[in-house]
Amino acid sequence: MTTKGLVQRDFQRDEGSIYLPQLARIVRTEQLTAMEKLFEIQLSGARELGHQPGQFVEVSLFGIGEAPISISSSPTRKGSFELAVRAVGNVTRALHRLEAGATVGIRGPFGKGFPVEGMKGKDILFVAGGIGLVPLRSLINYVLDRREDFGRMIVFFGAKTPAEQLFSGELAKWRVSGDMEYLETVDRADESWRGNIGVITTLFPKITVNPMRTVAVIVGPPVMYRFAILEAQVKGIPYDQIIVSLERRMKCGVGKCGHCQMGDIYVCQEGPVFTYATIKDLKEAI
Amino acid sequence: MSFFTIDKKNFPPFLDNVIKAMDVVGVKEKIPGKFEYAPLEDSSELCLDYDVTILPPKKYLLPTRESLVKFTRGENTGCEAVFDGKPLAIVGVHPYDIKAISQLDRIFADQNPDEHYAKRRKDKIIIGSDVKRPYRFAFCGSMKSALVEYGYDLLLTDIGDRYVLAVGTKKGAELLAAHAEYRAATEEEISRRSAIRKSIVASYNENTVLAAYEELPELLAGEAGKGLFDELAEKCLSCGSCNLVCPTCYCFDVRDEVSLNLVEGERFRKWDGCLLDGFALVATGENFREDRADRIKHRLSRKGRYIYEKYGEHGCVGCGRCASACLPDIANPVEIFNRLKEGVR
Repeated sequence: MTTKGLVQRDFQRDEGSIYLPQLARIVRTEQLTAMEKLFEIQLSGARELGHQPGQFVEVSLFGIGEAPISISSSPTRKGSFELAVRAVGNVTRALHRLEAGATVGIRGPFGKGFPVEGMKGKDILFVAGGIGLVPLRSLINYVLDRREDFGRMIVFFGAKTPAEQLFSGELAKWRVSGDMEYLETVDRADESWRGNIGVITTLFPKITVNPMRTVAVIVGPPVMYRFAILEAQVKGIPYDQIIVSLERRMKCGVGKCGHCQMGDIYVCQEGPVFTYATIKDLKEAI
Repeated sequence: MSFFTIDKKNFPPFLDNVIKAMDVVGVKEKIPGKFEYAPLEDSSELCLDYDVTILPPKKYLLPTRESLVKFTRGENTGCEAVFDGKPLAIVGVHPYDIKAISQLDRIFADQNPDEHYAKRRKDKIIIGSDVKRPYRFAFCGSMKSALVEYGYDLLLTDIGDRYVLAVGTKKGAELLAAHAEYRAATEEEISRRSAIRKSIVASYNENTVLAAYEELPELLAGEAGKGLFDELAEKCLSCGSCNLVCPTCYCFDVRDEVSLNLVEGERFRKWDGCLLDGFALVATGENFREDRADRIKHRLSRKGRYIYEKYGEHGCVGCGRCASACLPDIANPVEIFNRLKEGVR
């Protein structure tokens, strides 16, 4: 951290560039939905990424650019990491055209992840809206892999339509898993859908929690936060036990370029994971 | 600090010697009354009697476009960092710009040190000059930047028929020793320097911020000034000129460019501006600072609150460039700070 006061800088250090990616190889891909594709990636030299659930990397496609992407796999699963990417911009659309064997650049991991140490022993309510499941999956699998360290595990997942549900193979396991209570909903059903219909907030009345020992982790599109946070408050969960992960334009990932700034906070440095207590008075946050 | 004196007739030979030894840029009169930093080929081109330059000397430390990484695509995919650090003397830098450079030094070295900046900065020599002609929009007195006591290698103060030189670094002392005819300043010369510097501070008394330096963050906190920023937003063109001319704005965009063979290319950064409407736009179409009033307030908060809270000094050095660059004439921080101050009375 920084200290106040006027200090003249020494420019004699000789370190590498914070903007230089390391090379990595795509080892597996899987089309998740029409819009999202999963990439399993290995750093060259089989180095571990060494991330925390909730952190992100900058993915480089040389000649096209870089994009900040949440890490979707749990660090408990070694050897490689996974990114689930929606094709929406130049980099992500080009990434979707790549298959196993292709080389990409990776910088990171960046940012602060979910506070897993502080969550130990607590009940956890996961609230994932649409693509919010991508970062949350890193935490869900982390908790599943260290199940005895945590209390109750409740997972809410809302998607626009059944066809847009990510990780359908894993969802099928979660539906029948004895490790968690899994509740799902879609905004619009199709003929095959037999489950809950409605936005994600319609799932909250279906469960009761012990608010003082529950941590709610909410990740979804920007519009979802206001409503999902309110529901968590209605349950009596304290502000510092409501955790969100915020999307911003993390261009450099290292707290310099200014694009992700939210008030005085560089989201790429102090976030993307925040407690609601930290950001509730920040006008630009939610 | 040590002080030396150089007679005015001996200054051009000193500068010409430096020009022979290394690349030198300095303040030149571009068109009558408009000044810029540009390469000096002869000491006669230097103009120290100027009010403000169009762009700050920041452009030599954070170029408008700067290569970061060179890459190869295709079969031999690879990348390497690109650093550029040619020695360069920058002559005639006013104290507010020196202060801005010190702030950039600090920000780029902080947390995740930026080696591209550091290597470029390392062999720069800053020869400052105390202000001889205050700019009409400048409010350096309010931003504690009328004078500086560090951040330069050499600092010139015109005391009539000679300059008193303050030596800020070993680099500055060596440059002087190698190229100048000079002598130690007398007590009398040093006290003349002090008197002149006092009068420089006084010259900024016409254009001042009503609020105290430490009070600015409070004026910008929370929802403060909403009505004012909405009003300014009605006129703002979101052109980013205020960002462009600012000596402490350092936000940048990063882009890739591929050469015509489609194999090699480079990743570079270029100046960006928080007033531009796509600054906080993400790929999904969400714009996290879509409202122009919010962008204006963000810029002012970076100048009068956020940097101060982190580093103890304001991001605005009072140069006044944004006030004159703004086409609809709404960017003047003095007017904005003073209206905020009036609002909370």
